[in-house]
Amino acid sequence: MTSFSSALCSIADDRRSRAHRRNIVITGLLALTIALFALTLILGQSYVPPGDVFRVLIGEDVPGASFAVGELRLPRAVLSVLAGLSFGLGGVSFQTMLRNPLASPDIIGISSGASAAAVFAIVVLSLSGLLVSIFAVAAGLGVAIFVYGLSFRNGVAGTRLTLIGIGVSAMLESMIAYVLARAPAWNLQEAMRWLVGSVNGAEIGQALPLLAGLTIFGGLLLSRARDLEALRLGDDMAAALGVDVARIRIIVVVTAVGLIALATALTGPIAFVAFLSGPIAARLVGNQGSLLIPSALVGAILVLAGDYCGQFLLPSRYPVGVVTGALGAPYLLYLVARTNRTGGSA
Amino acid sequence: MTPAKLTSFIAPPYCGRPGGSRSIWLPLTIFAVVVLCTLSLLIGSRDVTWSDVLSAIGGHVDSIGEAAVAMRIPRTLLALFAGAALGLSGAVMQGVTRNPLADPGILGVNTGAALAVVIGVAWFGMTSAQAYIWTAILGAGCTAALVYTVGSFGRGGATPLKLTLAGAATSIAFASLVIAVVLPRGDIAGGIRSWQVGGVGGATFERLAEVAPFLSAGLILSLGSARKLNSLALGDDLAAGLGERVALARGIASFAAVLLCGATTAICGPIGFVGLVVPHVCRLLVGVDHRWLLPFSSLVGGGLLLAGDIIGRIAARPSELEVGIVTAFVGAPFFIWIVRRQRVRDL
Amino acid sequence: MTAHSLSAQALTAGYGENLVLENLDLVVPSSRITAIVGANACGKSTLLRTMSRLLVPREGCVLLDGKSIHELPTRALARMLGLLPQSPIAPEGITVADLVSRGRHPHQGVFSRWTRLDDEAVAAALETTRTVELAERPVDELSGGQRQRVWIAMALAQQTDLLLLDEPTTFLDISHQLEVLDLLTDLNRARGTTIVMVLHDLNLAARYADHLVAMCKGRLHAAGSPSDVLTERNVRQVFGLESRIIADPISGKPFMLPIGRHHALATGASPINRG
Repeated sequence: MTSFSSALCSIADDRRSRAHRRNIVITGLLALTIALFALTLILGQSYVPPGDVFRVLIGEDVPGASFAVGELRLPRAVLSVLAGLSFGLGGVSFQTMLRNPLASPDIIGISSGASAAAVFAIVVLSLSGLLVSIFAVAAGLGVAIFVYGLSFRNGVAGTRLTLIGIGVSAMLESMIAYVLARAPAWNLQEAMRWLVGSVNGAEIGQALPLLAGLTIFGGLLLSRARDLEALRLGDDMAAALGVDVARIRIIVVVTAVGLIALATALTGPIAFVAFLSGPIAARLVGNQGSLLIPSALVGAILVLAGDYCGQFLLPSRYPVGVVTGALGAPYLLYLVARTNRTGGSA
Repeated sequence: MTPAKLTSFIAPPYCGRPGGSRSIWLPLTIFAVVVLCTLSLLIGSRDVTWSDVLSAIGGHVDSIGEAAVAMRIPRTLLALFAGAALGLSGAVMQGVTRNPLADPGILGVNTGAALAVVIGVAWFGMTSAQAYIWTAILGAGCTAALVYTVGSFGRGGATPLKLTLAGAATSIAFASLVIAVVLPRGDIAGGIRSWQVGGVGGATFERLAEVAPFLSAGLILSLGSARKLNSLALGDDLAAGLGERVALARGIASFAAVLLCGATTAICGPIGFVGLVVPHVCRLLVGVDHRWLLPFSSLVGGGLLLAGDIIGRIAARPSELEVGIVTAFVGAPFFIWIVRRQRVRDL
Repeated sequence: MTAHSLSAQALTAGYGENLVLENLDLVVPSSRITAIVGANACGKSTLLRTMSRLLVPREGCVLLDGKSIHELPTRALARMLGLLPQSPIAPEGITVADLVSRGRHPHQGVFSRWTRLDDEAVAAALETTRTVELAERPVDELSGGQRQRVWIAMALAQQTDLLLLDEPTTFLDISHQLEVLDLLTDLNRARGTTIVMVLHDLNLAARYADHLVAMCKGRLHAAGSPSDVLTERNVRQVFGLESRIIADPISGKPFMLPIGRHHALATGASPINRG
């Protein structure tokens, strides 16, 4: 039995080394997120020494820093992180479930549904605040159920769901364009939020519903991480491994849509974050364990870094969605070409 | 699902409907288009009489009613031509890619044309309609080539799913680039935003004259490649076996399709779904022979866009709903219906 | 290892409007190899999918040890009954060892950790299928035969007493087909695993199976030992094909020779071992 025990050893070693790499990557991503968060607080239009930033954070009143850091930068950074985490989690869940990196909520219409509802609520119904969020979440879920229901024929096929989502998305986007073109004294910056996504004018109060959503939905998703992983082997294989495929699909749809819609109601559909986080995380982590946590962190990093670029590193001030959208394009095409070359996953 | 439906995209021409129904549908369709033209002249924010319409067509613009009708003539013609171009372009694209979901809107070609025009306006101070048209055609061509290349990598070639995803993804990317270009330019943002919705309002005879050569060239090239598309419908290998030069045939037909949708986008803005819906309807009416399908698609496309424009004028009176919105609302459910009808394996 | 009993009772199943299986009864002999054969679209795969609870039957039920499998908890069922679908999907870039260890899924709870027992199951599965050397290679890079062995290894890591396979030999050349079938025979002999598989090749099915099930148009046409089922009459009824059955000179099991339109049995030529 020597060959058996040597096989056993090499398998265990292999598994350990991959788990090790995964831990290193997650730690690195976490560190980068914290570093970007700190950078956003410390260095904006003006420099605020880290000591002063810390004093603002623990609630002291620092002349010249309390407003810039406490009122402007902190809410913006917090909202960026939370929205990024939500987009990253929601995106990778859909991609894993449908086994297709292109089938993320921003491509299959869920983001546009939430966004269209938010625009409609603000421009036509003159609502604001939490009501807009509720409207957007309801619409996001509505679109998801609509798309899911329409794709139902002897069970849901990922392919059909994706294509129907694209159709619905096209309809919703033309509705957004129409409402925005009609709005009389519509502020262009505000319009940008609903077209490409932006964290301008963030307030700390907005973070609470998002944080609550992230805790509930994110927790539920994480507890199902292993079943979600099994789905990557195909529905039949996952069922053969004892996964209740129909139930896990429903759980994923509800939680991921909740996350995406809550974030979209506040920041608009920040282009490509949901779409890019999963594939980037997969490249970093490799094929070891669930992608949920690394992908959430990548999402946060994308939004923080994109917003910082858009504000300070480009000749003109851009909302974060324009930066992530433009930066995402080349990567996206690379990804489409690569996915298709290996076939199978569609 | 019947086998006939399944094979309708690859079936050889003689599987089409018997010739008898074509000779019924042709006069019916022409009659419908004439009726729609008349309605388009009659209906608008101002009510006019029949005599206003007749005398305006005769060239009189004396009364307010006659003047209103005179304004509607170029608009009607533009809707007719733009719809014909889009319908034809969609039919050619579906033929070239052998893909039931191909459409200039879905494949992101319209967004590509829009991006090119926006860059031309914002960075190069482009103003003339000629420049708009050339730029839009260039943008449309590059995007079509890009999407098709990306979508046809790998196993199974350009399947509907891959092409559609590549198109949708490209659309999103280009849309954010459009915004990136427009945002720092408050002076042009308003104009571009209303152009992007897609409409035929504000048409003049001058603009019609400027776009006419492009549309005619596209029309002639498309109709000329009908026979080639019939061979391509059998698959590349078989088409080559029948003596068709596959790459050349595909290149000419694609160029025609790009010419048509690029020129239309330059004048009207991106109008989606006409190119998707029309060929499907026409296939039901006259079968899959491209020698019938292509002319019919342009006829029905013109009629559809006219109808959409009229609906847009009625639905939101006294203001107007752009025809691009109407077609999206009619076309998207149609798209979904086609997707549901297909078997997953064929996607 | 207790032998589980699997059977189908009055099974009616299908997709959407069309019924593929109608009122089908089947008893799978325990600790034996069963092969299901039949013409294209006769419902072979549908039967296998229903028996492994991928498809919910319209009427009737599939019983495992007397209990309907559609009422058992999915995870508990997955510890008893394994399935290898026709075209499983390997996630991009996944290594063989990682893929095989996915077979441990039903043995793990939501938060339970990976144990030495899991490692042992994976190592044993790799060894049985002779894929230990491939362990660290990406699945994408393997040949068809190697890949099929890896998938079987994954099903083995699941450690089930019943294993259902949908055309495990498709797309494999003849030597790899034999390799896979030999491997399944080893499993059956060494551990008493009950194996049910859909096979296209009648002669391989007759040689490797203890129990042959012939299906025709959604119904069970014949079931029994290969020599009872593989007869000229049954081949004619199930496949619409004229044939001669001779004795396989290697195994002594029946061997089918198709005739076709352009050939007839040469007069005077007597098939080997006809009597």
